[in-house]
Amino acid sequence: MAEALLASASNTERVRPGDHVICKVDVVMTQDIHTPGITYILEKMGVEKLYNPSRVVVVLDHEAPSHTVTNATEKVRIREFIKNHPGVAFYDVGTGISHEVLPEKGHIRPGELVVGSDSHTVSHGAFGAASTGLGDTDIAYALATGETWFRVPESIAFDVEGSFSDHVSSKDLILYIAGTYGTDVARYRAVEFRGPGVEALPLDDRITLTNMSIELGAMFGFTPVDDVVIKYVEGRTNEPFDPMYADADAEYAKIYEIDVTHLEPQVAFPHDVENVHPISEVDPVDIDQVFLGSCTNGKYEDLRVAAEILDGYEVAPTTRFIITPASREIYARAEREGLIRIFNDSGAVVTSSTCGACPGLGMGVLGEGEVCLAAQNRNFKGRMGHDKSEIYLSSPATAAATAVTGQITDPREV
Amino acid sequence: MVWEGRAHVFGDNVNTDYITPTDYMSGSMRSIAEHVFEPIAPKFHEVFEPGDIVVGGENFGCGSRRETAPKALKVKGVSLVISESFARLFYRNGVAIGLPVVTAPGVTDAVSDGDSVVVDLEAGVFRNETTGKSVATEPISPALRSVYEAGGILEYYKRNPNKLTLE
Repeated sequence: MAEALLASASNTERVRPGDHVICKVDVVMTQDIHTPGITYILEKMGVEKLYNPSRVVVVLDHEAPSHTVTNATEKVRIREFIKNHPGVAFYDVGTGISHEVLPEKGHIRPGELVVGSDSHTVSHGAFGAASTGLGDTDIAYALATGETWFRVPESIAFDVEGSFSDHVSSKDLILYIAGTYGTDVARYRAVEFRGPGVEALPLDDRITLTNMSIELGAMFGFTPVDDVVIKYVEGRTNEPFDPMYADADAEYAKIYEIDVTHLEPQVAFPHDVENVHPISEVDPVDIDQVFLGSCTNGKYEDLRVAAEILDGYEVAPTTRFIITPASREIYARAEREGLIRIFNDSGAVVTSSTCGACPGLGMGVLGEGEVCLAAQNRNFKGRMGHDKSEIYLSSPATAAATAVTGQITDPREV
Repeated sequence: MVWEGRAHVFGDNVNTDYITPTDYMSGSMRSIAEHVFEPIAPKFHEVFEPGDIVVGGENFGCGSRRETAPKALKVKGVSLVISESFARLFYRNGVAIGLPVVTAPGVTDAVSDGDSVVVDLEAGVFRNETTGKSVATEPISPALRSVYEAGGILEYYKRNPNKLTLE
């Protein structure tokens, strides 16, 4: 899949792992944290006009709305940059997290090459795009020239058989993969999640897999490009696109087979995404804060699953539950479907759409000694606040069950 | 290209949150550089001297793609990072901003904190002057040499505007 996409982007008949190729970039995304650094580099380069403004998307999502004067001033500069570059698609605070907003607003199409100033840009592989994060300097170069270089990665595949049991989801699968095969299993590789266990998943749940493929070290993550994907994209853009597929005889460095029929909920312990235990082996741990949100788990399906468990319960008195829908569109749908009321009635805090608590920016930061269970992507030491706080990672279902009891809880028992 | 310095040795999976903690990200690059490695090596600043060499284990620089990680190390005065292996984005960002990044499988077995080491890219060798041990380094991909030798992609752009030539 990666080879097919990079051959197309570099206008080469065939590429092989290890080849270096120069690629035409279809979409460049930047978010608020890195846009000031990127515009500074563009100034240093002497670039006044972007290569193709209509294929540039800027999303203010990380510290949104601003909570410090410094950050507010940075955003003033970003909005000035937008004014000076007509044609750039701009989504101000509250629209949502970039990785949710880009497909929603029709910027993501199968077969295209997308680069973004955020590591979770790998998400868009769920739409059949070659999509990955780059550093500020590489992004500035892509904005100026419409090009970037890649070393063609090897590919690996996870063939997923069986179907998930109740309250077990793709988040449990990706944590299981990180725990079993390590956070470098896909380092400098492309990873494909395939098979009936993946094809049966709603798009939201597939995105959880591609999104967290960066946690396996991957350059690209893909799930199948099927009717579900094509229909979604056609509903969001009028621009033509040309989906690409892996060759029938495509070569893989390794193929892993996983049957999810008996997979149980998984929990990653502090401070590493690969420090994973099945929930039956987890002793009760008291939790100060539960978080449900981020580009990984703030999607509609994530909220729906959590609401189903939370309905009729109250959040434990010693615990706070913060819920952040990944976009305004998701927020609106959650409101229409009654999820927001369930959250609010239970005593959860529902916030505007932002990365927020996940990278420790804005509301929901952790104090000294606090313990958090988060349906998000990373649990590095100090990520959500104090260096002496701890983060456990789980699925949305486990997060909701834990919010009810105040201790890490198997969602199948609530 | 030859580098000489004292080694600061780290383990596997050192992520970019450890290299540049989020708490200090709003400050200047100079102040971010003052806090590198703080969550995992709070005493790093007391023993570090400009020109020293950082030695990493497997998957150095994993996690968030923040370019501040290699930049802060460069500003701090780290002359080179040599590692068992690198996370893709840290490696790529190192190339982009002109912080030498060199892969050398087995390097962590050949060095302890504080050893005097030499990295000679032409000879393709990492040499521990304290113990006499040496390890082979992987060559910088010839395709990237043009960017690498320019000292990063900014310098490269100034020399070759609008054109990236890998051959």
